[in-house]
Amino acid sequence: MRVPIGWLAEYVDVPAGTSVEDLDSAFVRLGLEVEEIHRPEPVTGPLVVGRVLEIEELTDFKKPIRFCRVDVGEAVAGDGGRGGVVGIVCGARNFAAGDAVVVALPGAVLPGGFEIASRKTYDRISDGMICSVRELGVGDDHAGILVLGDDAPAPGTPAGPLVGLDDVVIELAVTPDRGYCLSMRGIAREMGTGLGVDRRDPGAVGLPAWSGEPAWQVRVEDADRCDRFSMIALEGLDPSAPSPWWMRRRLAQSGVRSISLAVDVTNYVMLELGQPMHAFDRDAVTGPIVVRRARAGERLTTLDGADRALDADDLLVTDDTGPIGLAAVMGGATTEIGDGTTSVLLEAAHWEPTGVARTARRHRLPSEAAKRFERGVDPEMTTAALVRAAELLARYGGARVVGSAVDVDTRRPRVPIPLEASKPSRVAGVAYPPARVVELLTAVGCAVEGAEGPLSVTPPSWRPDLTDPADLVEEVLRLAGYDDIPSVLPTAPPGRGLTDGQRRRRSIGRTLAEAGYVEAPAYPFVGEAALDALGLPADDERRQVVVVRNPLSEEEPALRTTLLPGLLATLARNLARGQRDVALFEHGAVFPGARRAPAPLPGVDRRPDDATLAAVLGAVPAQPWHVAVALTGSREARGWWGAGRPAEWADAVQAARLVAQTAGVELTVRAGDRAPWHPGRCAELLVGDAVVGYAGELHPRVCAALELPPRTSVMELDVDALPAAPVPVGPPISAFPPVLTDLALVVAAEVASADVEAALRDGAGALLESIRLFDVYTGAPVPEGQKSLAYALTLRAPDRTLTGEEAGEVRQRAVALAGERTGAVLRG
Amino acid sequence: MSGANDPYDPKQVAALSAEALDAAVSAAVEAFGAAADLAALAAVRPAHLGDRAPVLLARRELGALPPAARSDAGKRVNAARVAVTEAYEGRLAELEAERDARALAEERVDVTLPWDRAPRGARHPLTTLMDRIADVFVGMGYEVAEGPELEAEWLNFDALNIGRDHPARSMMDTFFVAPEDSGLVLRTHTSPVQARTMLSRTPPIYVVAPGRVYRTDELDATHTPVFHQVEGLAIDRGLTMAHLKGTLDHLARQMFGPDAVTRWRPSYFPFTEPSAEFDVWFPEHRDGPRWVEWGGCGMVNPRVLVACGIDPEEFSGFAFGMGIERGLMFRSGISDMRDIVEGDVRFTRAFGVEL
Repeated sequence: MRVPIGWLAEYVDVPAGTSVEDLDSAFVRLGLEVEEIHRPEPVTGPLVVGRVLEIEELTDFKKPIRFCRVDVGEAVAGDGGRGGVVGIVCGARNFAAGDAVVVALPGAVLPGGFEIASRKTYDRISDGMICSVRELGVGDDHAGILVLGDDAPAPGTPAGPLVGLDDVVIELAVTPDRGYCLSMRGIAREMGTGLGVDRRDPGAVGLPAWSGEPAWQVRVEDADRCDRFSMIALEGLDPSAPSPWWMRRRLAQSGVRSISLAVDVTNYVMLELGQPMHAFDRDAVTGPIVVRRARAGERLTTLDGADRALDADDLLVTDDTGPIGLAAVMGGATTEIGDGTTSVLLEAAHWEPTGVARTARRHRLPSEAAKRFERGVDPEMTTAALVRAAELLARYGGARVVGSAVDVDTRRPRVPIPLEASKPSRVAGVAYPPARVVELLTAVGCAVEGAEGPLSVTPPSWRPDLTDPADLVEEVLRLAGYDDIPSVLPTAPPGRGLTDGQRRRRSIGRTLAEAGYVEAPAYPFVGEAALDALGLPADDERRQVVVVRNPLSEEEPALRTTLLPGLLATLARNLARGQRDVALFEHGAVFPGARRAPAPLPGVDRRPDDATLAAVLGAVPAQPWHVAVALTGSREARGWWGAGRPAEWADAVQAARLVAQTAGVELTVRAGDRAPWHPGRCAELLVGDAVVGYAGELHPRVCAALELPPRTSVMELDVDALPAAPVPVGPPISAFPPVLTDLALVVAAEVASADVEAALRDGAGALLESIRLFDVYTGAPVPEGQKSLAYALTLRAPDRTLTGEEAGEVRQRAVALAGERTGAVLRG
Repeated sequence: MSGANDPYDPKQVAALSAEALDAAVSAAVEAFGAAADLAALAAVRPAHLGDRAPVLLARRELGALPPAARSDAGKRVNAARVAVTEAYEGRLAELEAERDARALAEERVDVTLPWDRAPRGARHPLTTLMDRIADVFVGMGYEVAEGPELEAEWLNFDALNIGRDHPARSMMDTFFVAPEDSGLVLRTHTSPVQARTMLSRTPPIYVVAPGRVYRTDELDATHTPVFHQVEGLAIDRGLTMAHLKGTLDHLARQMFGPDAVTRWRPSYFPFTEPSAEFDVWFPEHRDGPRWVEWGGCGMVNPRVLVACGIDPEEFSGFAFGMGIERGLMFRSGISDMRDIVEGDVRFTRAFGVEL
């Protein structure tokens, strides 16, 4: 809502010396957020009202030019003896002799630093400029010269204030509960309270003694959704009568385009009183007006030219021909006010908010009218708005009201809200005496019965949002001021701290960061292309996605089932920005897309029963927490110490081991085969028998498709699939000396080292303290197709010094079992 | 050589004379002093401390002396031997120290050399900031509650008093999930965690819920469709707005220094009544001390308590929420949202693992 200060000041006695900043903070205190303050660009120097005396058409030039004699009053009377009449060259043609215009005289500086000076042009001396709205910076009107109305003040009057040049506009963000603040009337009421000054209610107008037959026959068939429908008829409207400058100016300030007098008046009254109105061309309406729901198959072409199929829930204004308006939202094309319209039916009604919201949403028509009705309009205003509009149309368009007003009024009285006078104090933690509570509620416009103890509060007609005691409490606190509320820390009962799962997630993030990975959370949106690039087979479960109905990008309408697309995109972005060695990680939810029963939408008047609640919760799919890494370039940098080490598959697998270690679970690694990994360089990650993830080098085709460097390696693991970690058991530490022994085994090249190691462990038994693979060798003298694995074993007994003989036996058992399981042979 | 029973031979015992012993000591001291290094010292040692060295030979002659003379001569010989030994050890220590000093000097390195072999990782500042806020509340006895990002519409809206046709619902710029009747949305705020918590637990409840949320805004310098909030909820007997203010002021001080406080502006959220937006006084702001918009808060609307099965006559509560991106931007002087979103390692590394 844009509030021109000049307009506001018509209703509120803003105290002298109040600055824009004072108004700003007063709005904020009242709960009206100031979004922006629009200050017009300053105009300096002489800008005055002028009256065009005579126009000389100059025809010797390429385009028609006018030389005008303009009376600019006393302001320049002494200047060169011209007696207040100056000559001005002008290219625009939308004015005539006798019109009042705005003249910038030499010395004036218009917005944009445009300096006006006397100059010779088109063989004439031009002593100023006749201004357009645009040149003044007060609107975007291209139509040409700003012509002031017949009521313009005398020539020479300073024109700045007249055209609103000094008028600041404050733009407010009005919350949805405060529909009445979408009008100058509501804003003025709030500001009067906020500044503690007198105000006038522009809605306080009496119904004139219009007499005769009712303006039209009206029947409301759905009183639940239209509890008041008022209408008047006007005749004799001059269809060519322009809207007065001040109205156009205020509409422009409010962000509303000027169209024609009839339309401008309805818009203006809506801004003034908050009552949206609609004007029908009376001659195009046939038969009685009926307010009813749409029938099957009905259609309506609305004012925006759209032909709309109507829903049985849509409320309509109809005549004998069918629908002529989408109630509260937009009028129909057949009864639109046109260039020749002289008789008008003016409608001002009160519509039920949620029905309006449904229709506006269904037809995607968030009109200014719908916006107001959805948020609540004062039902008292229908006739006031008609009176106000009739007055403006009579004055500026020569229209007169015929017949008497229609007013179908089936409103029910508002039910008073019981309020314990002490309730606001109990909510705020501030003592408000009952008298203060009554005073503040009265200031809101409520009728309050009772003085203390239980109060009975009837909210005013413009506050449909006030329905519960809590709403009244808020009004008391708001007007008393939030600054009164003290700061007191409550004492929570002792808590449990973080859960194991929460600590685990934190530790995983920290571990990977400390291992050199940079956390890079990506948007979880993916498209088919990203899944194709990963080379996922058609039946891969990661292609079962949850689809967003209104995605930001049609290319990425689904939610991720794997972290890799986002992570690899971030990797590519970093490379594109000149990084070479990049190691990233992300942990977050993924969204597997299994088909589920729809989530029910139970009522909210009580807790849903257990079965319904279980259905709501059960309809929400599991969203497992994954962790992934991606790396490319050097894992260890080259430097003065020597060469670096390229990032490779083993780093990705090690990242998985780090995660498992941090989580306190034992990870098994074995060869796997899954997209998007290189089939020979893919590790399957298991905890017990359950596969929890994969790691290794990306498939070369995937690197190519994503334009990533070859050998880019990734890991992804389902953190939620990791079992809870057991409480660690402290191992016994033996102080007896160890026996260190190395051994080298030759096995077939395809044998997994992990299997050899497991066999050595099992064979060695309890006396093996640790085992470490320290070399892998292929080539002579190891035969082709075989490899040599060299292990360092530490043997130690808990209770004695091991003898060489015992150690030899352990070693022998280990080698024997490795031979049995993997065909390993001790290298000579 | 004289045996114990040999007769006294004055010629032989000349070695025990004071003159002879002094000469032997002097010779040894001179020889040791002249040794330039440990090898040279080792080479001259046998001559002065070896079996055939004068002071050791002299000692053997003591037995030949008559008992009256033996004690006196014994003292002389001993003193001489100690003197020679000390001279040797003194020189040995000197030479060893020289050798060590030389070796250490030769091992000198440039300690300013970089050692950036291993890559430097970092946690994202959004993560660390959320953790930090959660920790402040855990310190007050709160627990960290969680909820899914893909959420039931009923929990995201209805249970929070945002009716199906309420303008606030359409203002939320919601991502809806197919099919049309799925009843699922990408949660538009962390507030459904409030509803989940109240539905699954009995008061008193003190929880904080950090998490990721979604709105259909395009990414630009100040907006992102995917962002983070931290939600707080307290339900107990006798909670007031003063307690809410105390809680937010405490958080403000933990996050923005001891002089930080909050300031409230009346506002509207369907799930709180009364509602406020709050600003925080941030003395360390990059552009000078100022009030900064931070979040929204209020007393839990009794309608929400009813929908979640809590008796509003017995319990009251407060709730609050703030945007993490926004907090990060002004706390760390970040002017463009895209820097937070795009995952550029240069940005994230600047924050390390803690904030």
